[in-house]
Amino acid sequence: MTQPKASATTRSSSDGPIVSAANVTKRFDPRSPLVLDGVDLSVEPGEFVAVLGASGCGKSTLLNILAGLDEATSGEVTAAPSALMFQESALLPWLTAARNVDLALRLRGADSAERRSRTQELLELVKLQDAADKRPHELSGGMRQRVALARALAQERDLLLMDEPFGALDAITRDLLHDELERVWRATGRTIVFVTHNVREAVRLGQRVIMMSSRPGRILREWNVADEDRATLPNKLTYHLREEIARHAGR
Amino acid sequence: MPADERTPHGLPNVDLPGADTRVDTGTVSLAGIEAGLDALQAPPTRRSPGSRFGNIAAKAVAPLIAVIAVLAVWQTLVWLEVMPIWNLPGPRQVFDALARSARSGQLWTALHTSLQRGILGFLLSVAIGTPLGLLIARVRWVRMAFGPIVTGLMVLPSIAWVPAAIIWFGLSNATVYFVVLMGATPSVINGLVSGVDQVPPLLRRVGRALGAGPLEMTVRIVLPAALPGYVAGLKQGWAFSWRALMAAEIIAVGGAIGFGLGALLQQGRDLANMPLVIATILIILVVGIAIELLCFAPLERAILRRRGLYAETA
Repeated sequence: MTQPKASATTRSSSDGPIVSAANVTKRFDPRSPLVLDGVDLSVEPGEFVAVLGASGCGKSTLLNILAGLDEATSGEVTAAPSALMFQESALLPWLTAARNVDLALRLRGADSAERRSRTQELLELVKLQDAADKRPHELSGGMRQRVALARALAQERDLLLMDEPFGALDAITRDLLHDELERVWRATGRTIVFVTHNVREAVRLGQRVIMMSSRPGRILREWNVADEDRATLPNKLTYHLREEIARHAGR
Repeated sequence: MPADERTPHGLPNVDLPGADTRVDTGTVSLAGIEAGLDALQAPPTRRSPGSRFGNIAAKAVAPLIAVIAVLAVWQTLVWLEVMPIWNLPGPRQVFDALARSARSGQLWTALHTSLQRGILGFLLSVAIGTPLGLLIARVRWVRMAFGPIVTGLMVLPSIAWVPAAIIWFGLSNATVYFVVLMGATPSVINGLVSGVDQVPPLLRRVGRALGAGPLEMTVRIVLPAALPGYVAGLKQGWAFSWRALMAAEIIAVGGAIGFGLGALLQQGRDLANMPLVIATILIILVVGIAIELLCFAPLERAILRRRGLYAETA
């Protein structure tokens, strides 16, 4: 897996960053403590960025702001329209896998012929064509997340925001979904911002790993995975993460 | 910091093996591994053993035993003569009264009249209660204003409306329908409101993330998600309309009002015909059970099974 990232398929680099956040702060109400404090983030089209942090670092808040589901208290945010994936698959339990994907296409305004063919294609992409008529409760956790991925891809957004999407899965399934997601990323040329508290997951997936501090969430450091030794990088990141967590002892 | 020291946070200075989970799987394809895992992890589709007919038969046995037990206790009390026979007739006398009433056609008239009113009244209250429920569930100030009134109406026994209804509408069908509506509509409203309240916030968030507008959110996400609560409300609404109907029919007799089961009950009392009274009570009960078993139970089961929420009871 040494081929270069498939970035040029949807946007050219002359479009500038697909996500750009400058000095973003977030407070949920005026008296509550800062959740995000001066976050700067820039993501280029086609990039796969992993945002790593412990609990309380405001990772999810940052994603919500990028997705437009929440507003920054101050700072500048511009982000391309995005699709969002959560830790829970959040599939509609009364719809089959295919109908869940279909709903995203329908809400996007696709006509019925396009919906039928796209649903088929997307389920094939996540290798669930045989489970098209199953309902979420008939699928395993990993299969549900793949349906959720297909649904997010159905939105046809250049930017895919993922909020710990594999956090609730067992290790075997998670490893496979890492391969799967990387394959889908290369095949579709999407830009992915992937939030996780799992060091190895961040190193496994991200081209860049951005580490955030907790309470308030700030960007501590970032690593370009290609410049690092993949074998030792997880150790290094774990060290920094533990150092950051230990800082909160006795507060 | 130097990576060659033991860190203060207890991280050993060895390279973790397999830190990179990219593995060469050799001849086995990713698709193959994934298909294998899917097969291992997907919940097995459990089919209850035995034939469909066998299952139904098995399910019928337990209630049948209960009915036989009740009949046995009843007959025993009659034999023991705890009350005079004209006050406590036995199953045999009651069955005879039922047969007589059926032969004369009175039973069928009453059954037809009551069922028609009950079902029509119930459907009316669904037609009225559903939009009102949606309004209360979705519009904040409407809920604050009318929510408590609806709850109050649900607690108010609908029989309390009968005197007023007779004064307003006289002894007419309008009186009966009014009482049924006042009995059933609050339940339908409340069922829908609590169904909507119980929609997981995550599903709304998904709707927003997928770009659903207010109408699409209501039609595609909120209403389907609220369906189990709504159906529970309908079920209670039916029970309330049937009860309200019986109360209205017992009190409001004569005039332009047709002859329903409540009137039959009242007639039995007027004639001191205890077997007829008990026979009518049994018919009212059986109608209630039949509607539940034939309409609501299958509907509820289908909805819950689709969502994987239905527990197959052994």
